[in-house]
Amino acid sequence: MKILVCISNVPDTTTKITFTNDNTQFNTSGVQFIVNPYDEIALSRAIELCEGGKGTVTVINVGESQTEPTIRKALAIGADDAVRINAIPRDAYFTAYQIAEYAKTTEFDMILCGRESIDYNGSQVAAMIGEFLDIPSISIIKKLDYDGTTATIDREIEGGKEVVSVTGKFIASCAEGTAEPKIPNMRGIMSARTKPLVVVEAKEIEQVAKVQQFETPPPRGAVKLIPAEETAKLIDLLHQEAKVI
Amino acid sequence: MSVLVYVEQVDGKFKKSVFEAVSYAKAIADKQGGGLTAISIGNVDESELKALGKYGASKVLNVSNDQLKNFVNQAYASIIAEAAKKENADVVVLSNSFSGKGLAPRVAVKLKAGLVDGAVELPQLDGGKFLVKKTAFSGKAFAVTELTSAVKIIALNPNAFGVKESAVDTTVEAFSPEIKATDLTAIVKEIVRATNKVSLPDAELVVSAGRGLKGPENWGMIEELADLLGAATACSKPVSDADWRPHSEHVGQTGIAISPNLYIAIGISGAIQHLAGVSSSKVIVVINKDPEAPFFKVADYGIVGDAFEVVPKLIEALKAHKG
Repeated sequence: MKILVCISNVPDTTTKITFTNDNTQFNTSGVQFIVNPYDEIALSRAIELCEGGKGTVTVINVGESQTEPTIRKALAIGADDAVRINAIPRDAYFTAYQIAEYAKTTEFDMILCGRESIDYNGSQVAAMIGEFLDIPSISIIKKLDYDGTTATIDREIEGGKEVVSVTGKFIASCAEGTAEPKIPNMRGIMSARTKPLVVVEAKEIEQVAKVQQFETPPPRGAVKLIPAEETAKLIDLLHQEAKVI
Repeated sequence: MSVLVYVEQVDGKFKKSVFEAVSYAKAIADKQGGGLTAISIGNVDESELKALGKYGASKVLNVSNDQLKNFVNQAYASIIAEAAKKENADVVVLSNSFSGKGLAPRVAVKLKAGLVDGAVELPQLDGGKFLVKKTAFSGKAFAVTELTSAVKIIALNPNAFGVKESAVDTTVEAFSPEIKATDLTAIVKEIVRATNKVSLPDAELVVSAGRGLKGPENWGMIEELADLLGAATACSKPVSDADWRPHSEHVGQTGIAISPNLYIAIGISGAIQHLAGVSSSKVIVVINKDPEAPFFKVADYGIVGDAFEVVPKLIEALKAHKG
């Protein structure tokens, strides 16, 4: 079995988000980059499915050379090898196209990725790869079992879940619940340095989306404090002033 | 020039998020001076389809097919793309629901279209540009994104635009595009849905609790408060990590981002990752015994006090309010 896992290089979750160049660029100065937390869940499930010599896990990242520490982190967690497609991942369409083109050149049983990236919050790449490859895509899953040919998947729906069965190649985007994120151990960290990391060049494709400007949310007014002994007042305020109940 | 909106049915009915998507699509159609068509897939009654006219859909394409009763991502995407071609649509609108998130990207590739998911406002059509504002960095920022493709796709965040009535006469037209066998590879085996509860992503009111509740056995009062309000329940990351509550309730940067009209946070300190997921809520109420809790800085209303004393009082007051 071979599983491809797509990973995105994103700012750490504690990052204070600021912008430069007249709010057109994300300010990366002093920012720590990590494996996108949802991709880490996908990677962890892939590693679990391949445990005991049942298969291998290849991580794929679309990025320039500065994403390599993040790729090495994924190798330390337990991926067997890595592919970096050398380009700035300018939009989801571009990124999905690159990964799909690479997937066409290799054998695989399934592709896993995270439900969304925590930077641009697109949850586009997985389903786009599915469409480029003309294979089923199951978005936002919370459980994945695989018997070697058929996958049984719990997909998140509003207020519940849907159990989906898929035979043959597929791609799924993973949310919490699919696996507990694995933490690299010392052996993993040591071996990550020597695991294969292949760099391939990106292919050209027309651009369809471009971020023109970033904005930060407007600041909220000061909090109105209600003494604990006058709790009932809160209901009046929510009803009469805020008009939300 | 026309706009196509996908209207997602659940058990043959449309939810508020669908009326919101239709209202939003209608506003775009009006801006562009074109028509609005809705596409429905699955078995929906004609009267339910006609009701979409209330929000501005003058035509509804109805794909009624038992094979498509349940959501099949690939087949649904093919149908929406075919409908867009048939209607000569240059804008396609979907809800950014769980199904919408799976569909929109496939439709985008089929139509070689740029996609903005998580849109929060109407597009700005300035000087021939098509700009859409969306959430980014998990609610810590917004990104104004330009779509440069001929066809544009927008997945609208629930509760971002609101339902707006704009009644027109509606015609329902049967639509039966051919469906490839390979589009039906994934099979829905089972659907488990809590029918008596408000689902979190759609909820207008949310009651959320954190570690301050001390243990899962104390959630009774949170659920009672939520039931009285008609609200959904949510929780912080430590709570879902400890399995006190299911992961599907975890709101925050690595859970889900929500924008309800009212978010009540009880015993949640307000870590930056949590705030990211809820900061676009319209009104935030924070109940915490620590006056220094960072959550108070972004709250509209706050009560400094012990949840175990404040929440029961709140329940009482709410009961009195409802008479």
